[in-house]
Amino acid sequence: MQDRIEKRIELKAPISRVWRALSDYREFGEWFRVRLEGPFLPGQVSRGQITYPGYEHVKWEALVEKMEPEKLFSFSWAHPKSLDKESYSPDSSEDPRTLVEFRLEKTAAGTLLIVSESGFSKLPAELRLEAFRRNDQGWTEQVKNIESYVAKTP
Amino acid sequence: MFAALGDETRLALVGRLAGGETYSISQLRSGSRLTRQAITKHLRVLEKVGLVRSVHRGRESLFQLDPEPIVEMREYLDLVSEQWDEALNRLKAFVEK
Repeated sequence: MQDRIEKRIELKAPISRVWRALSDYREFGEWFRVRLEGPFLPGQVSRGQITYPGYEHVKWEALVEKMEPEKLFSFSWAHPKSLDKESYSPDSSEDPRTLVEFRLEKTAAGTLLIVSESGFSKLPAELRLEAFRRNDQGWTEQVKNIESYVAKTP
Repeated sequence: MFAALGDETRLALVGRLAGGETYSISQLRSGSRLTRQAITKHLRVLEKVGLVRSVHRGRESLFQLDPEPIVEMREYLDLVSEQWDEALNRLKAFVEK
């Protein structure tokens, strides 16, 4: 069974630009949608608050593993049993963790970014997140609504 | 759960239980060389992770597959995967602007 997710995305931006968007905590927060308390430092815990609409009650907590400039950025983070507002617990010390790795490679057009997340086999079978999935779908709809609204009213 | 399935005997048991009905240990044992105790031990492992449910009928325990956890884990991976797609699209827009 699957233990790992891997994504590859071609970015039309120099490797230095992509590295900054990943390694600078303010820039990371912009696109990831998290308000981080301070810079990423290897071996240290990064804390913050999710700013993704509907999930503002969720805390960000990740242990930064590696920061090799323009090559590799990695951290481990917890998977809470529930992200539902009613059942979410901010204490993630008991939650199973996965490892997230961002690898960068220079290409003719810019940068190839390979993101992987591994360690799902440690997650318990009783993970129940249907509510989150439903919310997420509703959310995707919302984004489409906003997009079409913005497109119509520039 | 992954560890629970990482055993040929248990995987074979899940395969038998996949018929969707309830099975007794004797039924699950037929055609295999395993002892009653061995089958019971494997079933308990599967029960512990929530893949199998047992019901008591008289003096006998009957076992049934609970497919829910497998579906959920796959759904969860799909969900995480979708979230990465969305986040990376935001990153793309962010660095290419």
